[in-house]
This record gives sequence, C-alpha cells and structure tokens, in this order.
Amino acid sequence: MPDFRSVPVRRNVGGRPLGLAQELRDLVAHRFLLHQLVWRDLTVRYRRSYLGFLWTMMHPLLMMLIFVVVFSRAFRFPTPHYETYFLSEYIAWMFFSQTTVNAMVSVAWNGPLMKRVFVPKTIFPISSTLAGLVNFSLSLLVLVVIMAIVGAPIHAAILFLPVSLAILGIFTLGASLALCALAVYFVDVREMYQAALPAVFYLTPVVYPIDIVPEIFRPVIKLNPMIYLLEIVRDPIYYGILPSPLTLTISIVLSLGMLTIGWIVYRHLAPRFHSQF
Amino acid sequence: MNVIELQRVSVRYRTHGAKGLKEFVIRGLRGQRQHEWFASLSEIDLTIRAGESVGIIGNNGAGKSTLLRVAAGIIQPSEGVAISRGAITPLIELGTGFEGELTGHENIFFNGALLGKTRGEILSRIDEIVSFAALDGFIDEPLRTYSTGMVARLAISIATAIDTETVLLDEILAVGDASFREKCHARMRSFIERGLTVVLVSHDVDVIEQLCVRAIWLEHGRIVADGPAREVIARYQRARATSPV
Ligand SMILES: Nc1ncnc2c1ncn2[C@@H]1O[C@H](COP(=O)(O)OP(=O)(O)OP(=O)(O)O)[C@@H](O)[C@H]1O
Ligand SMILES: [Mg+2]
Repeated sequence: MPDFRSVPVRRNVGGRPLGLAQELRDLVAHRFLLHQLVWRDLTVRYRRSYLGFLWTMMHPLLMMLIFVVVFSRAFRFPTPHYETYFLSEYIAWMFFSQTTVNAMVSVAWNGPLMKRVFVPKTIFPISSTLAGLVNFSLSLLVLVVIMAIVGAPIHAAILFLPVSLAILGIFTLGASLALCALAVYFVDVREMYQAALPAVFYLTPVVYPIDIVPEIFRPVIKLNPMIYLLEIVRDPIYYGILPSPLTLTISIVLSLGMLTIGWIVYRHLAPRFHSQF
Repeated sequence: MNVIELQRVSVRYRTHGAKGLKEFVIRGLRGQRQHEWFASLSEIDLTIRAGESVGIIGNNGAGKSTLLRVAAGIIQPSEGVAISRGAITPLIELGTGFEGELTGHENIFFNGALLGKTRGEILSRIDEIVSFAALDGFIDEPLRTYSTGMVARLAISIATAIDTETVLLDEILAVGDASFREKCHARMRSFIERGLTVVLVSHDVDVIEQLCVRAIWLEHGRIVADGPAREVIARYQRARATSPV
C-alpha cells in the first residue's frame, strides 16, 4: 500500500496565476530536468557534427574578427586595443540577444511537452538563460586568450565579472519571461523582436566609442538601459576598473525591475498556455 | 483517501483568436471580438479514491484527455478546483519529449527527468526499464532509428517503472504488439493488486472491462454515466448501437 503521509497535495484553483513559492518548490523538485535541459541546449544541436563545441566558439570568433577588421580599419576610431573594447561588449550583447530569442524558441518548441507532463512553466526560460551563461563564459575565455595574444593588458578587475554576469543574467531572464509569455500568444512577437534587435544594437555604443556621438544626442543614448548592463562587463575587462557605484546601482535596479516585470507577465499568462498548443 | 478530486471543474479553450499581435491590435481597434470559447469540460464533479481502477470512455473529442490533464495537474482548470494527492505519473500522447538524436539510454534519463525524477532514482531503475522495453541492441542507438512501436515501448517502460501512486494512461496500451500489450496488461494488474490507483482512457471497452472496476462515460465535456464498469460499458454500447456516430 503506498504511503500517502509524505506526499504533497496539489491544489489547482481555476483562473489563479502561478504562485512564486509553489513555482520555486517545483523547480527544486525538477532540478535534474533543469540540468538535462541545459545540457541538451549546449550539446544536442551539434550532435551530428563532430566539431560540436568547437563551432559554438568559432562562430562568435569569426563574427568578432569581421567586426574588428571592418570597424577598426575602416573607421579608424582612436581607441587603443579596439578589439578588446568592441569584443567585451559584443559578447555580452550576443548573450542577451541570443538568449532571449532561444528562450522564445524553447517555450514554443516545448509547448506540446507542457501538455503531456507536469513541468514548472518557468523552467524553459531559466534553462535557456543558464545555457546562455555557459556560452557567455566560454566566449569570455576566448576573449582573454585573444587579449593575451594581441598584448592587451589584463587586469585583476576581471575577477568582478561573475557579479556582472549575474546582473546581466537576471535582466536577461526577466526579459525572456516577458517575451516568452507574449510569444506564446502572438506568433509575430519573435519576428518583430528579432527585427528590432539590430536597431537597439547600433543605438548602444558597442561598435563605436560614445565620444564620437555628438554632445546633444548623448542624453538620449543614455536612456537605453543596455548601456549600463553592457558597461559593467566592459569596465573590468577593457578599462580594468570596477564599475562606478552609480552604474552598478542602475544596472542592479534595472535587472531586478526587469525580473519583476517578467515574472508578473509570465505568472498571469502561463496558466493558460495550453490553449495555444 | 481521495487521490483525485475535481470540484465543478470546467476547462475552456480559446478558439478563433488573433494569430499575431498585429491582428490582435487591429481587432481591438475595430472593436471586434478577440476570441471565442470552446468548453472541453463543463462543471465536472469527480472523486477517485486510492486504489481504484477507473476506465474512461467516450467518443473522439469528448474530453477524456483533457480530464486526465486536469487530474494530473498538467493544465489548470478555467473554473473550479482540481486537487491531487501523491505522486501522479501521466502517460499522455507518446512521442513528445523524446529526442531523436539522443540514444534510447539517454532518453530514459531525459524522460525520467521530465517526470520529476532525479538521476539517482532513474539509475536505480534503469535495468528494469531496459529489460521491460526489450529493445535488444537498440538501446544505445539514436531514437530516430526506432519504429513507432519501439518508442512507445520505451515510453511505457519508463513511466511504469518509476515509483508512483497513481498512473494515468491515455490510449497507449494499444500501440505495442500483442506480446508487449500482454506484458503491459499484466503490469497494470499488478499495480492494481499492489493498491496503486489506475485511470485508463481507452476506446477498447474490453480492456477497460478486464482491468477496471469502475467506468466513466464522457460526452461533450460532461459525465453521462459513472458506476460499475460492466454497467456503464453496456449503456455506452447500447447508445452507440441505436445512434451510430
Ligand atoms: N488547444 C485547443 N484549442 C481548442 N480546442 C481544443 C484544444 N485542445 C483540445 N481541444 C478540444 O477539446 C475537446 C476535447 O479534447 P480531448 O483531447 O480531451 O478529447 P478526447 O476525448 O481525448 O478525444 P480522443 O478520443 O480523440 O482522444 C475537443 O473537442 C478538442 O477539439
Ligand atoms: Mg484523447
């Protein structure tokens, strides 16, 4: 006879949004699934080609080289070690943009799964973010190798990077939650978002130094939240300094704010996801 | 001890909704209706006690799979309360949750994880799963090289091997070949003897009559009859004979 004393009771009340405590308990219970999803994200795509992980690292590397050659040679910015200046933020930008898109794909792809077994609904954006962070860390390692090769100075401040990654990771998770929830209901959200991404990229001083922006436009540029979140990655790598307290505060507030917004949107929309699959 | 309690549970689906955000906004500006509702289950009251074996019958689209989903807590009711107690293992729609590029062995871990199990729990059952599925040399081959029935065997082996208290099966015992089907039926019988709760959706009323004590007949999202399996099945078949669908 099964022992029912130790077993949990699940109450599903019609029309109620996801509860935070219950969601966290379910995530802990499904920790092995989270582990498997992250691993699958990182490996399955490349299973059939033996290059595997190598390609994961080569792709950003090639993109980097193209940008560096084109921008530093063609525009001749007066920035020393332009490759480090550019790559430090470009890697962070790639993490944000790829993770948010991957999260939307993952939720859409796993929709049928959510109708077959019980899984905590936030597990797909979370696993995409974790897999993104792994790739982000690998790219940073590649960057450090590049810096060593070209003789760019490497400072002790890079030990601050885990904090930067955590802050940017939380912001990315928040954005992913909101975007995923909307993308389940509206098929064109992903397209529109992917169309908007390059515009935001060029409005952020990743490629060009902010000094070349005319004085009057700088306050407008500074309204872009991505500036602060990318700066906390560039400061320790390129300038070898810790981010200023102001920049750090702004980015922490932005990331916690984004996570709160994302969770609120997600908890209200996720209980009715099954209607869309 | 009730393992499943549904209190005035309704499940409604949105239909004819806007495909995209653009259409949604345009409809909103024009003052058009955004979507319509389709009731898949309407005001269901149902209690299943520990150790019961229940068969669910009804025509296509009656709401049988939807009933299993709310009972397992996979989907939230639109109205009402769905309560479940203990570990529930649903086996609904085979095939999803399997990764063609992963081997059978790797898929066992992924599917076990989907059912909320940890690595250790899966490891302790892996030999039993592999031997019950009886896939011979294929267990270390990618899943894309399997036949439909082989994938089904693996899925059933995983779901029935892990520790659970309630098993919900949706029309899946019919997929395997005769010998595998007989093995599954034997396993169901042993579950019932051990005091587990089994809820079975099937169009094969003979299977339900053999395995289940109680049967529920669903039609258009409502319970038409609920009682001893033999009686409910007889009523269902009489109704079908007089008005063939
Ligand atoms: N995502 C959805 N959107 C709209 N309607 C849906 C959706 N999913 C299911 N339905 C409707 O709900 C009803 C019940 O579906 P359900 O899958 O529970 O039927 P069933 O009794 O299991 O049928 P079958 O015997 O064919 O398996 C059907 O009429 C179906 O069209
Ligand atoms: Mg069905």
